[in-house]
Amino acid sequence: MAYSNKVIDHYENPRNVGSFDKADQSVGTGMVGAPACGDVMKLQIRVNSQGIIEDARFKTYGCGSAIASSSLVTEWVKGKTLEHAGTIRNTQIAEELSLPPVKIHCSILAEDAIKAAIADYRKRHGVEAPAPVQEKKAATG
Amino acid sequence: MKFPIYLDYSATTPVDPRVAEKMIPYLTEHFGNPASRSHLFGWKTEEAVEEARAQVASLVNCDAKDIVWTSGATESINLALKGAAEFYKTKGKHLITVKTEHKATLDTCRELERRGFEVTYLDVEPDGLLDLGKLEAAFRPDTILVSVMLVNNEIGVIQDVAAIGAACRKRGALFHVDAAQATGKCPIDLQALKVDLMSFSAHKTYGPKGIGALYVRRKPRVRLEAQIHGGGHERGFRSGTLATHQIVGMGEAFRLAKAEMATDNERIRALRDRLLAGMQGIEEVFINGSLVHRVPHNLNISFNFVEGESLIMAVKDIAVSSGSACTSASLEPSYVLRALGRSDELAHSSIRFTLGRFTTSEEVDYTIQHLEAKVQKLREMSPLWEMHKEGIDLASVQWAAH
Repeated sequence: MAYSNKVIDHYENPRNVGSFDKADQSVGTGMVGAPACGDVMKLQIRVNSQGIIEDARFKTYGCGSAIASSSLVTEWVKGKTLEHAGTIRNTQIAEELSLPPVKIHCSILAEDAIKAAIADYRKRHGVEAPAPVQEKKAATG
Repeated sequence: MKFPIYLDYSATTPVDPRVAEKMIPYLTEHFGNPASRSHLFGWKTEEAVEEARAQVASLVNCDAKDIVWTSGATESINLALKGAAEFYKTKGKHLITVKTEHKATLDTCRELERRGFEVTYLDVEPDGLLDLGKLEAAFRPDTILVSVMLVNNEIGVIQDVAAIGAACRKRGALFHVDAAQATGKCPIDLQALKVDLMSFSAHKTYGPKGIGALYVRRKPRVRLEAQIHGGGHERGFRSGTLATHQIVGMGEAFRLAKAEMATDNERIRALRDRLLAGMQGIEEVFINGSLVHRVPHNLNISFNFVEGESLIMAVKDIAVSSGSACTSASLEPSYVLRALGRSDELAHSSIRFTLGRFTTSEEVDYTIQHLEAKVQKLREMSPLWEMHKEGIDLASVQWAAH
């Protein structure tokens, strides 16, 4: 399968691989996917007192596109507020990485991982999620 | 060392330079149609075709008259299964095969089901071998044909075709063997085996692509309904002008296989065992299929907690596959490994290394080092590996399947 140069770059030089301490109050952890399907993504965010994502880490079991998708989103969420990070859509990820149609599910998983990490952080801080951003959800191929 | 390193000899092999050299004059100089009986051009090529037929027959110890040329193993399997089923359909409509067969067999069986035949697909044991008792239990009074591969293309295990053939003969069913992956890898003696039909390919044994053969037993006589009609070549089994240069290539490739099999296999076995020992130095690796009943050139390994496609992408200096070449474009885990009872995770994590005549020990050593480093890198990136290291049983986790 021919991958785009951006996928190969993220795959060969993945950004922000690693783990934060799950118990740390400033950390939110999202784990999505299943080994039987061939993809598992773990995304962690570290959030400061202003509600801004200061840093992010990932670990991914999956194909090159899955690794590239998670590497890319760790870059994208940094410096964003939780609300803003929550608006990242799989279509943007797929477009940035020029994912072929059979790999669209990797970008969907990356979007789910961000949402799961944000939800985990909010749950631990007893913060109710603000009203959902009024934006049509991107198609999930 | 030349990169990438080729370790995918079960997908195809290079044509041996000695084979290529022998083929060339039959493209330009000796171009006659072997069916032309009226002049020297035809006589010359007919002689070459018959010499090649004898060379193929010699490798598998049968009469040269039993060999029918085809375009490859896929066509041979189609002719054997469809040809026998159609000819013997008044005798019965039941066939037996195995779930780990090549798609050429499985898909032909599906077509026969569409034509009204009934097919039993047998399970294999966890080591990839067929349990003879399960075969015995699958026979019906109307079973006309059994088809089993001698050597599996993904895991390289060798089925006991001598015992299977004896069981088929006792029940009065014909026995077809797909030997595409077997020639030059393990001895085949058709005088001793109770095999009625056997399919061969040239390009898995250092011959050219596009040529194969089907062994059709004459004593006791096996009848087939032809699948390609025309000038009545090859005793009416397979019409079409013979591809002399391809046939000459297959003959020479099989002659070399016979002459060099013993020494080649010993050398390749030593390299495979070196590769195996190197891989066993990595934690959490699983060998797929029996190591005892296996051809010397195959090693199929699952690297737990690493996804196969990403590993193949990581080892781009090494040409390997995660299954058969025919299915490597799909995202499905290998159906052969699933049939061994391997979990989806392990089936997703497999790599097939197949060594061959031109593999060197330097290439094997490079492969071991390269694999070790890449597996480690991918595991450092794998949340499953992290959980495994924390002592979490992955089977106890509630995953959200997607």
